[in-house]
Amino acid sequence: MAVRGLTVSYGEKPAVFSVDMTLTKGRMTAIVGPNGAGKSTLLKAALGIISPLAGQATVYGKPLKSQRHRIAYVPQRASVDWDFPTRVIDVVLMGLQRELGLLGRVRARHTAQAMECLERVGMQDFADRQIGQLSGGQQQRVFLARALAQNADLYMLDEPFAGVDAATERAIISVLKSLREEGKTVVAVHHDLATVAEYFDDIFLINTRKVAEGPVETTFTADNLNKTYGGRLAMAQIDQLELATG
Amino acid sequence: MFWQAVTLQLGYNATLVMLGAACLGVAAGVTGTFLFLRKRALVSDAISHATLPGVGLAFMAMVALGGDGRNLIGLLLGSAASAGLGLLCVNWLTRRTRLAEDAAIGAVLSVFFGFGIVLLTIVQTMSSGRQAGLESFLLGSTAGMLWNEAIVIAVGGALTLALVVALRRPMTLVAFDPEYAAATGTNVSRVDLAIMGLAMAVTVIGLKIVGLILIVAMLIIPPVTARFWTDRTEAMVIISGAAGGLAAYIGAAWSAVVPAMPTGPIIVLVSFAGFVLSLLLAPGRGVLAAVLRHRRFQARVHMRQGLLALAQGQPIYEGYTTRILRRHGLVSADGVATEAGRARASKALLDEKRWEIIRADQAMEGAAALYDGMRALETVLTSDQIAEVDAKLTGPEALA
Repeated sequence: MAVRGLTVSYGEKPAVFSVDMTLTKGRMTAIVGPNGAGKSTLLKAALGIISPLAGQATVYGKPLKSQRHRIAYVPQRASVDWDFPTRVIDVVLMGLQRELGLLGRVRARHTAQAMECLERVGMQDFADRQIGQLSGGQQQRVFLARALAQNADLYMLDEPFAGVDAATERAIISVLKSLREEGKTVVAVHHDLATVAEYFDDIFLINTRKVAEGPVETTFTADNLNKTYGGRLAMAQIDQLELATG
Repeated sequence: MFWQAVTLQLGYNATLVMLGAACLGVAAGVTGTFLFLRKRALVSDAISHATLPGVGLAFMAMVALGGDGRNLIGLLLGSAASAGLGLLCVNWLTRRTRLAEDAAIGAVLSVFFGFGIVLLTIVQTMSSGRQAGLESFLLGSTAGMLWNEAIVIAVGGALTLALVVALRRPMTLVAFDPEYAAATGTNVSRVDLAIMGLAMAVTVIGLKIVGLILIVAMLIIPPVTARFWTDRTEAMVIISGAAGGLAAYIGAAWSAVVPAMPTGPIIVLVSFAGFVLSLLLAPGRGVLAAVLRHRRFQARVHMRQGLLALAQGQPIYEGYTTRILRRHGLVSADGVATEAGRARASKALLDEKRWEIIRADQAMEGAAALYDGMRALETVLTSDQIAEVDAKLTGPEALA
């Protein structure tokens, strides 16, 4: 996926300004930046969930509109009402809506496919639960299972590790790594600097404007972090990270 | 009499009204479910009040063109047009100004309704003669309903229902997770427009029977009632449709039996009775079930605390704890532990110590997550695992 000259604004203040981003096939990219830096906005605008003031996204060289079925989106967990009357399996089946169409019946093979996705995230025992009965981490894994059901080539996740337990974090990262092994592309908004080097191949640093992008080995540097966070990151904090010495 | 009405033996007009009302009730209940799930139930109030100017203007236009001002289809088309305008106003105010939706609803509702009342007053003074009855659109009127009017309602209801069935998936998706829906290429604002458009259709075809002031109750009460009984969207749609249809049918029958009883308000009251029953009696989400669950839980807590106190020779301060222990034959009337009581108490104490070990052990994270202070350990761990825990217990308790 490539994004060119993307600008998004709420009111008169741009949240994302003239950003170019290129995601490389078969790699995992972290979008990193301080609060309010436009990380989620960048993701949503690239997907066309919110309409940008300027700029466009292309996927595999073609306009986004014709390629939507190749993208799976995992929204922030807090973006939905978990008291909604729906079961875990129903949420995963939403990932198959393209296949089901408007009137198609949910057949055994659809359910089996959804169950397979739940198994991949370790949630198969919860298929019949109402979604409100799950813990935060379990809810996040259900969202990931729904994305898996789409069988996409590009996975875009908005803060998948926010407020989840350690077991969920491990489960999610292992699923993402297995997707990479299948040659799929993964991009995630990420805010835990301590795990960037361990989890991701590439990093995209943003604070309204793009600060830097590239492989973690060369781009995840103290200098770039200082530019991104504008000195809001204490030196002591930076010292503890396993940074590239680029 | 009431039974005769319910079994459709009360004559042509009553039968017509009851069947028409039931169609409307099902359509309203089914459509209202998506309105409720999208959290936009109150928009229907703005829509319904915004129908009134359309009724007045349509009447005037039809009279001016030399026709019968009371032609139902003409009046419904007029009301649909002005309801659509009201809906656009609410959407525009919410999106383009900093007004919140509730304020936009309040403004649109009152202005359109006020304008409608002015128009109706003007209509009253017109000399066309046959204007009597327009005010029945406020609260509905079923006296003298005509065959073709019933047909309009039935066909409208059936069309609405068919559209809901066809659009149920995108509507559910947008109601649950609009961002994800947009990411997968669903046109969210168009689906929203469909949800609102269906609500508008129900409002317009319901004008004749329940009137514009109370139609909102037929859109909102059935889904709220249905929510008590299920955790699935599809089931909720069906239950809501059934609840709406049943309430409308019974309400219409009732109003046919009692002279001069208005149909709309009776339907709303019957619907409300269904809501109250669900609120109280539904398993799971009902008030009674919640109270019982809480009481049972409280009893278990007191039981456990009492047993631990017995085991450690501490005094029991709360009368409720003592009563529970006595009811289970664990203490005698003078508060001394019975033999069964002593056995249960030492078991409780042993479990408590085992839990301490489990919760301190990182490897048993899964089991520790189930700790609530009173669960019997055997329901969580296998006997092998318990033996493993016991091996870590030190001191004489281990032998207990």
